Amino acid sequence: MAVIRDVMPAFDLLQPSSAADAQKLLQQHGDEAWVMAGGLDSLDWLKDRIKKPKVLVDLSGIDELKGIRSTSDGVEIGAMTTLTEIANHAEIKAKYSVLSDAVAVVASPQIRNQGTLGGNVSQDARCWYYRGGWPCYRAGGNICYADTPMGRNREHAIFGANRCVAVHPSDAAPALIALDAKFVMQTPKGERVVDAEDYFLGPEIDITRLNILGSGDLLTAIRIPSTWAGAKFYFEKVRDRNVWDFALMNVASAMVLSGGNIDRVRIAVSAVAPKPMRLKAVEDAIRGKPADGTTGEMAGKLAVQGAVPLQFNAYKIPLMRNLVKRAIGGVQEATWTS
Amino acid sequence: MDFITWATSPWGQTVPIHIAWYLIWVMVIAGLLFMIVHALYVGIFASPRKFVKDDSPAVVAAVPERIPRHSFVARAFHWVMAISMFALLITAFLPKVGIKFDWVTYHWIAGLVLTASVIFHIFHASFFLDFWSIWPDKIDLRDARRRLLRSMGKEAPPPDRFAKYPLENKFYHFVILLSGLAVIFTGVFMMKRVNTLGIFTRNPYIFGDMTWGMMYVLHGLAGVGLIALIMVHVYFGVRPEKLPITKSMIFGYMSRDFYLEEHDPKRWAAEKSSPTQEGYAPSDAD
Repeated sequence: MAVIRDVMPAFDLLQPSSAADAQKLLQQHGDEAWVMAGGLDSLDWLKDRIKKPKVLVDLSGIDELKGIRSTSDGVEIGAMTTLTEIANHAEIKAKYSVLSDAVAVVASPQIRNQGTLGGNVSQDARCWYYRGGWPCYRAGGNICYADTPMGRNREHAIFGANRCVAVHPSDAAPALIALDAKFVMQTPKGERVVDAEDYFLGPEIDITRLNILGSGDLLTAIRIPSTWAGAKFYFEKVRDRNVWDFALMNVASAMVLSGGNIDRVRIAVSAVAPKPMRLKAVEDAIRGKPADGTTGEMAGKLAVQGAVPLQFNAYKIPLMRNLVKRAIGGVQEATWTS
Repeated sequence: MDFITWATSPWGQTVPIHIAWYLIWVMVIAGLLFMIVHALYVGIFASPRKFVKDDSPAVVAAVPERIPRHSFVARAFHWVMAISMFALLITAFLPKVGIKFDWVTYHWIAGLVLTASVIFHIFHASFFLDFWSIWPDKIDLRDARRRLLRSMGKEAPPPDRFAKYPLENKFYHFVILLSGLAVIFTGVFMMKRVNTLGIFTRNPYIFGDMTWGMMYVLHGLAGVGLIALIMVHVYFGVRPEKLPITKSMIFGYMSRDFYLEEHDPKRWAAEKSSPTQEGYAPSDAD
């Protein structure tokens, strides 16, 4: 398919200066509006002329959506805060390092300077059939080109496939799930706060979007409770090119140990399913057990139960098994260096 | 405003992908309009129905108090089909109008139930019931003309009473047969494109994009058509003058008075229900 690049379709550019105005504009224009944060996902769509919104609401001028604020119960990160700011923020690095580790390996330094936390968790799927403008399920069509006998699906899902097999591309998402973060949205009905894992949608519920943001909804902030401050964290991202790439898979965990045993734990993986997956069964199985390689081995085997590989991504099963193992036992046995 | 949604395939071919979803609302409105217009016509404008009644005293005397109309098997089929049809409509169209839930699995399971029940019905009606009782005959067509002329105030002899099924019932059965077979035929193939827990092996290559597109469009058109058809069916099912027919689909029989009022014993002979087969009627085809 011929794709015209770099010549964006015409749209009305709206640049509100407050979150309330932005939300009203989104509500006013409904499905005809496109919300743009850092623009890294948006400009791909627009320059490829695949998405042609009538109205583009640019959030870059809204100061109240930027910055990291300490609260009585943790920190609140504005949705328009850049990934670089989060990666370098002293409190985040000291208390919630799984998040700073995660955002520090998003794409490239230039992209992290421009990309925002809200944009990272709200970005669209990277399946090339979908991004290429083909009429797949996610694009409103009636087929998944990746889930065909000859489809190129090396990067696609081994869990949760439901017609569409694209995975969620966010690196920050599993870290935020591990931290039990809350996503704050302004909606036409007022403020809505959801758990991080509930922010993401699978194709079984809505095949055309990856999160619960509906028409008129605006993600304004992400709150990280102090519950997991200073816990033992682990984050690892596996990608084809370490300098700049989307994840083939990543894992994030937060553990609180008591006498060498796991007292509390949250663990999540991304790029294995259409939405980031919290591994509740693994958490339940390892609670009370020592945080060592043996427990990690057991956790890894449990984590991949039920995985259904596609034609070209069976490697994701041992990859996930080992990442989960390292997320548990690797807290002592391995460290991540970027 | 296009009633089909088109897309460009990877090979540059313009192909249909599905119906335009506004047709859901078109069919809902069409169903509602039909009900309103029909209710107003019957309530305000229509004159009382008048049938030829020439039953001999012997025939009337032979009619039992309860006239078996639908066997237990026929009723079970009807309600299984009804449940599966509602499940199909709910799982198909609620997500399209904004109520999001995990619908695909429920949809194809309901589709399999519908398919199995319809296959059973075709077999049952063909070999164990009076197959032709649900198809219009010459008297139906003649009486339809008479009723039409009389409703327009023109001279025409009064029509005979109905056989087992009124002509409208027979037409409805025919239309629902067509739309039902269309969704079943296309739906079975569409199961090759989703995960059906191993019942069907996925293979989206069995048809080209154009054929698949036409299949989705046909499935959608028949599906939205069923919205209006089911609405109308439920409407007639709860109309006061049709309640005896609805009750017969629950209990299996209708009353002697209603039978003699609406049905012609010469065209549909009432049989006495046996103690072991209450509700059974050998001419049952619904």
